[in-house]
Amino acid sequence: MNNNLDLLIPEILVGSLAFIILGLDLFLKPKFKEYIAYIASAGLILIFIFSIIPIWNTKANIYGDILILDGYAVFFKSIFLILGAILILSSKSYVSNYFSYIAEYYSIVIFSILAMMFMVSSAEILTAYISLELLSFSLYVLVAFNRFSNRANEASIKYILLGAFSSAILLYGVSQIYGHLGTTNLTQIQKELSVNSEMSLGLIIGFSMFIAGFLFKIGIVPFHMWVPDVYEGSSTPVTAYLAVLVKVAVIALFIRVLVVGLIPIAQDWQLILIGFSIVSMVLGNVVALIQSNIKRLLAYSSIGHAGYILLGLAAIGTLDQKGLIIVDFSRLIVNGIILHLISYSLASIAIFLCVDIIFGNSDDEQIDIMRGLNARSPLMSLLITASLISLGGLPIFVGFTSKFYLFNAIGTQISLWYVGIAIITSLISLYYYLHVIRKIYIDNNEDQIAISLPILTKSILVFLLFALVFLGIYPNILMEFIYHASESLL
Amino acid sequence: MDLIKENILILTILLPLIGATLIFITPGYLDNLVKYIALIISFVTFIISILIFILYDINSGGVQLLWDWEWLSLKGAWPLGDKGITLNLGVDGISVMMVLLTGIVMFTGVMASWNIQNRSKDFFILYFLLLAGVFGVFVSYDMFFFFLFYELSVMPMFLLIGYWGSSSDFRTFSRTKEYAAMKLTLFLVAGSVLIWIAIIAIFVQAGLGSFNILEIQKVVDDKFPLNFQQINFFMIMIGFGILAGMWPFHTWSPDGHVSAPTSVSMVHAGVLMKLGAFGIIRIGMTLLPEGANSLMPLLMILGCINVIYGAFSALGQTDLKYVVGYSSVSHMGYVLMGLASMELLGFTGAVYQMFSHGIMTALFFLAVGAIYHSMHTRDTLILKGIFKKMPYISVFFVIAGLTSLGLPGLSGFAAEILIFLGVFKSYGSLGILFGSLAVIGAGITAIYILRLVSKVFFGVPDENKQNTNNNLDATRFENTAGIILVGLILFAGLYPLPFIDMITSGVTPILSNVLGGL
Repeated sequence: MNNNLDLLIPEILVGSLAFIILGLDLFLKPKFKEYIAYIASAGLILIFIFSIIPIWNTKANIYGDILILDGYAVFFKSIFLILGAILILSSKSYVSNYFSYIAEYYSIVIFSILAMMFMVSSAEILTAYISLELLSFSLYVLVAFNRFSNRANEASIKYILLGAFSSAILLYGVSQIYGHLGTTNLTQIQKELSVNSEMSLGLIIGFSMFIAGFLFKIGIVPFHMWVPDVYEGSSTPVTAYLAVLVKVAVIALFIRVLVVGLIPIAQDWQLILIGFSIVSMVLGNVVALIQSNIKRLLAYSSIGHAGYILLGLAAIGTLDQKGLIIVDFSRLIVNGIILHLISYSLASIAIFLCVDIIFGNSDDEQIDIMRGLNARSPLMSLLITASLISLGGLPIFVGFTSKFYLFNAIGTQISLWYVGIAIITSLISLYYYLHVIRKIYIDNNEDQIAISLPILTKSILVFLLFALVFLGIYPNILMEFIYHASESLL
Repeated sequence: MDLIKENILILTILLPLIGATLIFITPGYLDNLVKYIALIISFVTFIISILIFILYDINSGGVQLLWDWEWLSLKGAWPLGDKGITLNLGVDGISVMMVLLTGIVMFTGVMASWNIQNRSKDFFILYFLLLAGVFGVFVSYDMFFFFLFYELSVMPMFLLIGYWGSSSDFRTFSRTKEYAAMKLTLFLVAGSVLIWIAIIAIFVQAGLGSFNILEIQKVVDDKFPLNFQQINFFMIMIGFGILAGMWPFHTWSPDGHVSAPTSVSMVHAGVLMKLGAFGIIRIGMTLLPEGANSLMPLLMILGCINVIYGAFSALGQTDLKYVVGYSSVSHMGYVLMGLASMELLGFTGAVYQMFSHGIMTALFFLAVGAIYHSMHTRDTLILKGIFKKMPYISVFFVIAGLTSLGLPGLSGFAAEILIFLGVFKSYGSLGILFGSLAVIGAGITAIYILRLVSKVFFGVPDENKQNTNNNLDATRFENTAGIILVGLILFAGLYPLPFIDMITSGVTPILSNVLGGL
């Protein structure tokens, strides 16, 4: 076994950062504690610069094929570190205003980033499961972090119960797969499956449970019931975290599992995934129409977006006559999925940050309260509008490019009817996004107290706006990195 | 000069965007500075659009002034390599006319919106974004960018109408501007759903890995079976037809036009509706010629319904702006009929009608906007005899009205006579039926226009009901805009030859392409 522990330095550093922050908390005076956010995000960025970039082109197996380090893993690790840093900075004022344990919050967030980094690196399903659990446990704590709020407590109980349930399903699936195939390694699973085309009942149950567990974590209909309640109940920064990073991480892992491990039986899961994705797109976007709470609305819209991405995942499962993956077109789809994940993340971070500033820790985030927001804060209104339009898939924002790219790639692989459904649900989503925009710009509000933004928040908002527009006009820079990721995966 | 000539098409898109950026960084309290920046930028764009008209070489025809920029590669096993999505710009005879029209309407629209007081900065930013989109559609030869600019021109409308628009009160019910804005946006985006699906279908079926219309055109015969072409042309026809105000999807258009502020109505009825017809030509007829050929009778019937239905609806309106709104629906019907006639005369007439109607409607909405601004009502039952109070505006309205009913010597006549001839020649005896219906439509137009003119402008004023403020006539900017538009109508009516030549050079290859399937 070759000694390449050094490839794990990013993970080790992130773990240490979490402990350092916990330790610092003991020594810092209370008035300095709010600076912990800067330490945490600066730490993440520094880890990205000094330990991820040097291993950018590495491709290696670590610990005897338990972990894998390739372009795909490295790409997502950088995404987690960068978006994690942005999310930590953007939650700073909320956390120091409303939470009593500041350092604990940041260290748990960093622990969950550690879990995500292991997730995208895992080359076998047991490691994937363990890192998923590390992530879930961090999230259980984060959701309940505002412990005096009944809503948060309710959400966290729901999340823990359903999360544990889904983990159990996933683990049962893993055990069935191991029982029948005798391996948990994804590459081995692929080999076993391509040799034995006949599947036993136990294996079918195993794979169904396994996939169902993932769909549960992503929040796909009919496993979505926890999503609106948990999104609504948790504190807004935590919601942003759940909606953005966690979703990206689970989907990143799911892509690897499907593409590397389960591709020989693609014709078995493809239609199922298409079915789930259509139900998610339709139900998520239609139910969002009647929401009056902005966080619930975004929760349902995120179910719809998960549906688009799942349709892409299903389209990867189209095989050629020899039963092999169609590399070129599948790469196109993976590119589309990653681009869409990033565009969705940027827009969601932006909206949740604004929601968090507008509503604070109020117990009910009615869209009505955003009436006449333009008079109160033009910058936030502009950013919310830009993000909603980007989510709705209109130019000049990155959402248009990513949706077009993704749907176009899907269209090359599976029937255009499915793409048609996706585009129509995207039209439905535009209706409720426009309603929010209408409240902000067109409706008036007597209560015209201007919202003053701290310079840090302002700069994050401007950065996000710039990113949404710039990536919409010139996505080439980002695409270069995405090619790097998808080429190493397929 | 060469530098300008090479990059002139991208300038049409960049200038409005630069204008939007300049206005964005101007402080909002410098209201007049914002307006002068808008005026200068739109004037330069207007000059550029005239330059494009001059630089286009009619004798050699085809697609000229090509410009491209590789934007995003779609890595994969494509026969053309990693060309992917490229911003291909180019113009043919049809787009030259449309660019010219957009330049005119943009410039006059800025002058017409001089009296916007409320948040004029935001207004002009959105207005320029809208126009960047419109220019982009007319000059793009890449389906992705065609679609991108199309969506870009739809998006700002929502806020432009929803915030700066006006609601109309019909005594028994009212149409709020928010309703109109939402209706318009959803209708147009619904249309773009169909277009989007068709574009992806064309991209996938062509299998070139490129969205370039000129590249895909080369493989049309090999790769696109008739069935495929029919399905997709149908989607393109309905999708763009929605924007062109095609019956039965026209209902957004009167509401939208009425609720929009003056300059937005001008751009919208004047230029944006033409995007629909232009899309049918550029994507539908160019890339799906056989499908177009077989579905043209349907388009003819729908266009015919448009003409008659729009004219009758206009007859029943009591709101001045609704009359103009429905007359737009009716006139877009002529465009569709001309396209569907598949005759060189009719097709040329259709494009000329797009141009002529654009200028005419801009003039209409300019006049109606000025009337509403000073009279605070658009109700034809209240407005009477306003000629004495607002002579300039009345002259503008009357000239637009006469153009609309096809008075010889004005641009509408030249366009409509060509369409009538084309329609009469097509489809054998059915063509005579359609042609007669079209002429009847023009007759009904005469009824509602002349009735309006006689009552509203030359009737006996009813002093009790009207605002008797003395200083009512148009501002000097509105006058300038109106005079430019009137001059163009006269020029295009009396000396249509350069325009007709230009259109014919663009129309001929497309038409022979469509007829080649026979």
